[in-house]
Amino acid sequence: MPNQPVKFETPAPALCSVPGSDGRFRNYTRKLRHDLVKFRFIYIMLIPVLAYYILFSYIPIYGVQVAFKNFAPGLGVKDSPWVGFAHFETFFKGPYFTRTVGNTLIISLYSILFGFPAPILLALLLNEAGCSAFKRTIQTVSYLPHFISTVVICGIIREFTASNGLIGSLITFFGGTAKSLLIDPSMFRPIYIISDVWQGIGWGSIIYLASISGIDPTLYDAAVVDGAGRFRRMAHITIPGILPTIIILFILRLGGLMSVGWEKIILLYNENTYSTADVISSFVYRKGLLEQNYSYSAAVGLFNSVINFALVMTANAVSRKMSDISLW
Amino acid sequence: MVKHRSVGEFSFNLVNYLFLFLLGTVTLYPLLYVLFASVSNPTLFKIHDFVILLKPLGFQTDTYRLVFKNAMIVRGFLNTTFYMICGTCISMFVTFLGAYALSRRGYSLKRFFTFIIMFTMYFSGGLIPTYLWITQMGLIDTVWAILLPNALSTYNMIVMRTAFDAVPASLEESAKIDGANDFLILFRIMIPLSVPTIAVVGLYYAVGRWNEWFNAVIYLRTRTLYPLQLILREILITGSAESMAASAAAGSAEELTAVRELLKYAAIIVTTVPILFVYPFIQKYFVQGMMLGAVKE
Repeated sequence: MPNQPVKFETPAPALCSVPGSDGRFRNYTRKLRHDLVKFRFIYIMLIPVLAYYILFSYIPIYGVQVAFKNFAPGLGVKDSPWVGFAHFETFFKGPYFTRTVGNTLIISLYSILFGFPAPILLALLLNEAGCSAFKRTIQTVSYLPHFISTVVICGIIREFTASNGLIGSLITFFGGTAKSLLIDPSMFRPIYIISDVWQGIGWGSIIYLASISGIDPTLYDAAVVDGAGRFRRMAHITIPGILPTIIILFILRLGGLMSVGWEKIILLYNENTYSTADVISSFVYRKGLLEQNYSYSAAVGLFNSVINFALVMTANAVSRKMSDISLW
Repeated sequence: MVKHRSVGEFSFNLVNYLFLFLLGTVTLYPLLYVLFASVSNPTLFKIHDFVILLKPLGFQTDTYRLVFKNAMIVRGFLNTTFYMICGTCISMFVTFLGAYALSRRGYSLKRFFTFIIMFTMYFSGGLIPTYLWITQMGLIDTVWAILLPNALSTYNMIVMRTAFDAVPASLEESAKIDGANDFLILFRIMIPLSVPTIAVVGLYYAVGRWNEWFNAVIYLRTRTLYPLQLILREILITGSAESMAASAAAGSAEELTAVRELLKYAAIIVTTVPILFVYPFIQKYFVQGMMLGAVKE
């Protein structure tokens, strides 16, 4: 028994005539087998977990190759004819490229422009509210929309923006002409963004409030003694205090720039609003599942996945650098 | 100087409280409107010009009676409850196993497995390859297409792993000395000591299950398998006639259109009430969970 560790650590040439061949290999598999027996329960536990990832993550990744083929359901993935980058070319040169990529970028950027500062603002204001009962009530109320399903949110939007809905009637009341807002392409993005902010502002403020609670209270005391008013204190203590959190979250948010989810878009758009509403993911859904143009939409989807991957990896790396810097 | 400061403070406070109050109102009002509309009298609702509702217009519960008489909605309710309970159990079970295994130290393949699991958070096959594969597996139009594909959330598993990491190693070691194997350690030590995190993760899964609808759209064909959100989507969004017709017909055509509108509102309330009901209790856990996940970033 005591000899065994020595056996593992002895370099291969001492055991065998050929360096780097049989000796090393035998050491590794023996070590592995030993490991599998020693930790057998852990490996057993991992079986369902790994089966899940293989079945629902890695096999689909293998299936991504349909983007480079002309997939025919009868032939299957392996036997469908290879076409290389043909579908990608069709997409890049076609009429939908500018529209989908443009909409994805525009909706993302607007979403960041309005949706990113809103929770920060709410956190700052909540922090300044003295009465804790009031504060907790507002907080609880503000988290509520986060738990409501997308279908319900879009249903409410549809009802309210109908020509005789709540918003339509308000428009008539103020002298305008009522019409169904969801048919108007120019209204799609405002409706989408505003409802996103409505749903996310409360939930998003949680992390900023947590960050604010980490600020040293003696800083505030010192500021009061120095005669700083509310605004001054907020501007010079609170905001700089949570600035690292803001920066990191902002960078991570940028990592999702080309990733706009299809669920809400699909529930709200219609043929009239494709020009402003159709994003890459909803395009993939429509072309692939509704029109059964599998290979083409898989190519568009792969294009999106690769770009998202690159963006997220970059954003994660940058934010890690940032948090290293900010942890002084 | 003191007077000047206190006036500034006072006005700041006033504006702040006002703004926060306004925010709370704007957040709550759409839901209140839906609630009021759902119990209002259809004819009164139709002829009412100024549509801002501050209270229901004539109280009646007939709309709800129609909702509950709608066979599709009841079916959807049962289905979603089933998906939620089964789905959460499956998810929790696999999450326990994965989180425990990933929190153990010393086995040689740990790094490799951790990497291939984390990688899936950044890159996936995409909608079409996943759909084609699930079709090929023969899961289309079965409950498994709902229960299995998104069963395991890597993020939730990492949160649970963090909780298991926090259990003192000495407990595990003394259990090992007493001859316990990993399964015993997981179920008798780790889980009982991590109940708050388990509650959070369980609730994340459960709420996700209640609200999910997209997998049902693409994988299900048989209407009797439809979850509640899908039925709701038909009623609210695609305006499919079938779901509406399943309700008892009202009187005149005008009445019917008025009832139809209020039916949508009542359906929304019925679908959301379960969540709203448990909301005050789960809210605390979700906020905790959010912090748990964030701290690890």
